[in-house]
Amino acid sequence: MSESIRAICMPKWGLSMKEGTVAGWLMDEGDEISSGDEVMDVDTEKISSAVEVSESGILRRQIASEGDTLSVGDLLGVLADEDTSDADIDTFVAEFQANYVPPADDEEDGSTATETVDVDGRTIRYLLRGEDGVPIILVHGFGGDLNNWLFNHEALAANRAVYALDLPGHGASSKDVGEGGVAALAAVVNGFMAALNISKAHLVGHSLGGAVSLSVALNNADKVASLTLIGSAGLGTEIDGDYLQGFIGAERRKDLKPHVEKLFSDPALVTRQLINDLLAFKRIDGVQAALETIMAAFAPGGNQALVMRDRIGDIAVPVMAIWGSGDRIVPASHGEGLPGNVRTKIIAGQGHMVQMEAASDVNQLIDELIG
Amino acid sequence: MARTITYQQAIGEALAQEMERDKTVVMMGEDVAGGAGAPGEDDAWGGVLGVTKGLHGKFGDRVMDTPITESAFIGAAVGAATSGLRPVVELMFIDFMGVCFDQIFNQAAKFRYMFGGNAETPVVIRTMYGAGFRAAAQHSQCLYPVFTHIPGLKVVTPSTPYDAKGLLIQSIRDNDPVVFCEHKALYTLEGDVPEEAYAIPFGEANITREGDDVTIVTLGRMLQVAHEAADALSKDGINCEVVDLRTTSPMDTDTIIESVENTGRLVVMDESHPRCSIATDVSAIVAQEAFGALKAPIQMVTAPHTPVPFAENLEDLYIPDATNVQDAVRKVMGND
Repeated sequence: MSESIRAICMPKWGLSMKEGTVAGWLMDEGDEISSGDEVMDVDTEKISSAVEVSESGILRRQIASEGDTLSVGDLLGVLADEDTSDADIDTFVAEFQANYVPPADDEEDGSTATETVDVDGRTIRYLLRGEDGVPIILVHGFGGDLNNWLFNHEALAANRAVYALDLPGHGASSKDVGEGGVAALAAVVNGFMAALNISKAHLVGHSLGGAVSLSVALNNADKVASLTLIGSAGLGTEIDGDYLQGFIGAERRKDLKPHVEKLFSDPALVTRQLINDLLAFKRIDGVQAALETIMAAFAPGGNQALVMRDRIGDIAVPVMAIWGSGDRIVPASHGEGLPGNVRTKIIAGQGHMVQMEAASDVNQLIDELIG
Repeated sequence: MARTITYQQAIGEALAQEMERDKTVVMMGEDVAGGAGAPGEDDAWGGVLGVTKGLHGKFGDRVMDTPITESAFIGAAVGAATSGLRPVVELMFIDFMGVCFDQIFNQAAKFRYMFGGNAETPVVIRTMYGAGFRAAAQHSQCLYPVFTHIPGLKVVTPSTPYDAKGLLIQSIRDNDPVVFCEHKALYTLEGDVPEEAYAIPFGEANITREGDDVTIVTLGRMLQVAHEAADALSKDGINCEVVDLRTTSPMDTDTIIESVENTGRLVVMDESHPRCSIATDVSAIVAQEAFGALKAPIQMVTAPHTPVPFAENLEDLYIPDATNVQDAVRKVMGND
């Protein structure tokens, strides 16, 4: 059989995804596909997004049809070269489907996939994907958790170990945030690296997590191999204080939704499940106090307390700033006029959650930076 | 971190965590510890179905067995609530509530009002309700509409393990009397529940399924039946939105109305009797507030206006099922 035949499979976006529903093909049979192209829209319980392929070829076969609900890893379509025979493709499909086993329920349980580590008396939850090489550490923003990287984690882990952690006060980590400012959270990231014997890592931080990563890079230069800041805090005083306050204050779905919609360029991404998950997080004892403590230290009165812009030129390792041009939380202008050592990429039309909404662009930029 | 536990375990965990957190939380009821004279935890049954098992061993005298005198121990709990404790009192079956209506309706529910807002009565009455247990007419009723009728009471009807824990914690922390209704057929239902304590605010309905064609408003055990029906209907291209009330007092009328304004059709599904019920209440609110949005008459799916039968075949027939819901949905869709 031709070696050129490759399966396009139902991706796994985040810990809890078990299946996805085909919302429609974006490519026709016979179309030429390049790596990074979006071929299909898929809806899941939590989020809707496009399936991207990591290889090139001709879309020879659409197996899944609009409306089909398929388990993670099941066959969506087939890529192959022009000269591959239809018979070979038929054989490939038959063999794939004969051998395909949907993931068992227990393997899909998010709580068994994540691990925890004690960092100076706090429990820190993290998820590790991939192995070898200088690892990447993904640091989420205010009110987020390791699921904010669901479209990045697996892709970045193709060639190396990638850790995503829950900062204190977030996700399933301890709710004690100490003093709560950028320095306190940076100390936790440092402690996390020490606890897991990570001597050096590529840091990728989003929003507040960007400021935290930047702080680690400035104060522990020997531990950082590169720095990627996405819609990052720490580069100017402005931040949408109403968003922070609104996120903290909202107790009910309809109060929270308008604030969360500000994060995305496409408000349709803010699903019922996303809001329910955020409310479930916010309702846990200690979370409210943790968020208030962080806000008071990080953005008292709605302005960022710590601006490290004038020191970013001192960083000797590769630095990149990625922004969505329409970021309504931290303005994209903070990515402009940075010193020459910083590559700035402003992605048109995107919002604050650019790593989710333009995942393949962001993943590619990170891969290029890291090399 | 969330893991899978049962509805019954979620209730037990909420009680244990709140008793740990707040020393004023106490428990009382028939056999909640283990029955009078039980030698210790090993022998403690922990309520008629074991929901409170282990709490007596952990919290000792803060978990009190009472004689079979509902009027006395509900009265004692109400009194304790007015004088500094936060009692969680278990009244085994909601059907027995009748003997202590004065303590509940005329005392607990009225203290705040009668004393000019100066009195608080933070008591939680936990109780089992619902049919399907072969327990006959005097142990199977869905009497939460009776309590919903009374101003001054809050009424909670959790449908999942997650909601059971979060709503019970909210009930214990609330400063008003709460009737917390547990469907006995849900005790073995499993679901994801965080290990940490968390409180779900009252008066927020949960949209458990989104759809554009029909709104199904339901609560308690009927949520699962509504989902079963919605799954079947989706195969015919009918998309149901399912609204779980979570609490019947306060009731989240905004969410109901917004949903009906979107779908234009309403089916209310309730396991209780059809008259003066949650089904009639929701129907009346929608008829009053969202009449202009309705494309079809409202349909109610309820049990019949009879006692719960003891004969198994009749009891099965009595409880609303997914077929009843599907029929009602097809009726409001105009293609029955």
